[in-house]
Amino acid sequence: MADGSIVPATRALRPDLQLISDMIAPGSRVLDIGCGDGELLAWLAHEKNVDGRGIEISRDGVRACVSHGLSVIQGDADTDLKDYPSQAFDYVVLSKTLQATRNPREVLQELARIGRFAAVSFVNYGHWRIRAGLLLSGRAPVTAGIGKSWYDSEDIHPCTLLDFVALCDELGLTIEKAMLVSPTGAGRSIGRVGRLVNLTGEQALFLLCQG
Amino acid sequence: MAAPTLPLAEISPETLPGHRVALGGDAPLTLDCGVALGPYTVAWQSWGTLNADKSNAILVCHALTGDQYAAGPHPVTGREGWWEIMIGPGKVLDTDRFYVLCANVLGGCMGTSGPASADPATGRPYGLNFPVITIGDMVRAQAMLIDHLGIERLFCVIGGSMGGMQALEWASKYGDRVFAAVPIAATPRHSAQNIAFHEVGRQAIMADPDWCQGDYHSLDKRPRRGLAVARMEAHITYLSEAALTRKFGRRLQGRDTVTYGFDADFQVESYLRHQGSTFVERFDANSYLYITRAMDYFDMAAEHGGVLAEAFRNTGVRFCVISFTSDWLYPTVESRAIVHALNAVAANVSFMEIETDKGHDAFLLDEPEMHRTLRGFIEGAARHRGLPG
Repeated sequence: MADGSIVPATRALRPDLQLISDMIAPGSRVLDIGCGDGELLAWLAHEKNVDGRGIEISRDGVRACVSHGLSVIQGDADTDLKDYPSQAFDYVVLSKTLQATRNPREVLQELARIGRFAAVSFVNYGHWRIRAGLLLSGRAPVTAGIGKSWYDSEDIHPCTLLDFVALCDELGLTIEKAMLVSPTGAGRSIGRVGRLVNLTGEQALFLLCQG
Repeated sequence: MAAPTLPLAEISPETLPGHRVALGGDAPLTLDCGVALGPYTVAWQSWGTLNADKSNAILVCHALTGDQYAAGPHPVTGREGWWEIMIGPGKVLDTDRFYVLCANVLGGCMGTSGPASADPATGRPYGLNFPVITIGDMVRAQAMLIDHLGIERLFCVIGGSMGGMQALEWASKYGDRVFAAVPIAATPRHSAQNIAFHEVGRQAIMADPDWCQGDYHSLDKRPRRGLAVARMEAHITYLSEAALTRKFGRRLQGRDTVTYGFDADFQVESYLRHQGSTFVERFDANSYLYITRAMDYFDMAAEHGGVLAEAFRNTGVRFCVISFTSDWLYPTVESRAIVHALNAVAANVSFMEIETDKGHDAFLLDEPEMHRTLRGFIEGAARHRGLPG
């Protein structure tokens, strides 16, 4: 497929995106929601011969993507997922965006409907440092994982790992893979998400599928 | 500009610069209205060179009041082409690399058969005897031209406004003959508001006594006032309120105070009058009626049970949809409808809304963001198509 040749070779992929890339089978169809400037899509096209599409909310991001030959539409997860046919993609990627959506529950359902697999990463608001910060200072925490003051944060629906797992259960989604992601982007696979993991994990990446 | 110019009334199709071809002589064009049209003439312009395997052709589709003179001097006005900014060596539609062509639409008045053309049956201008045409008919006529040129598959079909409608129609009806489609500031269907504005324009023309029930050519008259009013009204819809304010505000025209009369006191009035009076020198009133009608009839979902996505089912075309924030004639929501329909059939689509205060006409103007995006899209598409850089 010609798709593999259009994007120039990129430098090393951002570590957290590399973890997502490692989950994706070569030659598959991928939808990256909140694809930014297209770093992951370009990498996947070049390194894994992936037929990729993107959705991005910022004009600068869309322009960067389209002008690099990527197929990206200006839109967002809340409004632009309902049109896609079921199982249109092998993988749907939602990287650090879930908590910024208006309706994360619906978005999660849509991800599982559109893709055979959904790769979802987000910040764990149950991490001990966030809990301690809130408990001790009485102020909304600003940590490495969150990075922004409460008034600047895009995350309008903060959740913990346990919250997420409970929602997946409720929606009948199976967690195929789960890993904790360190601030430097190093990944560590975990079996099940228990109370200890919920306390120590700063960010997590899940691979989900329906049923 | 020094190019020799002629008033429209004195132009005969034979004297127009560019190419002409008579089509439909053996197999007439069956129009949506049921009439078989043939033979008919298509007048077109081209830039650049068609490569050996005829894979580098870009078809530019023009808007309501455009024509095939997208680049280079216009034979009537002497002004530069309406997409001079896009077409040429090293430009977005790079004529060192691509073969760019643009045909006057069916129903037009720059050499392609239209109501001002001579009816082969009578030798007199068609007038209202010209059959009512549709966007689909325009595209069918273009497809016959592409057949005539031996081009199996266009690399790209691109256009703004009505040109964008044609690009969509091409992708829908001739998906296997189009590699990429770029509808800019377009819509999948004319809204009630769109039809309403067109109807005012048509009524202005038909209310002009010099229209003579459409037979003005035979009587050596021209419905200038009616056509000018139609143009003035339409021109407002091509601009945004912000652009009008920026350009004119409430500034007065060549006077310090209002005259308490009905002269063009305001600059905006003077501007519109100028737009109207220059337009009638280059455009045929009946063509205006026919082409606005074709746009009003445009509704891509209608022939697919109201489901727009069905118009693109199984499409292999790569799309780049572009809209403008201040376009209230075909606002972004219309382009989004196209994008959502394309998503519904998992088509390959890029979409971008360009931020500008220049309104619908922004597609004709120097919009660096649009040009950068299009350059990248076309570059990417060319690589996928395997065209050399």
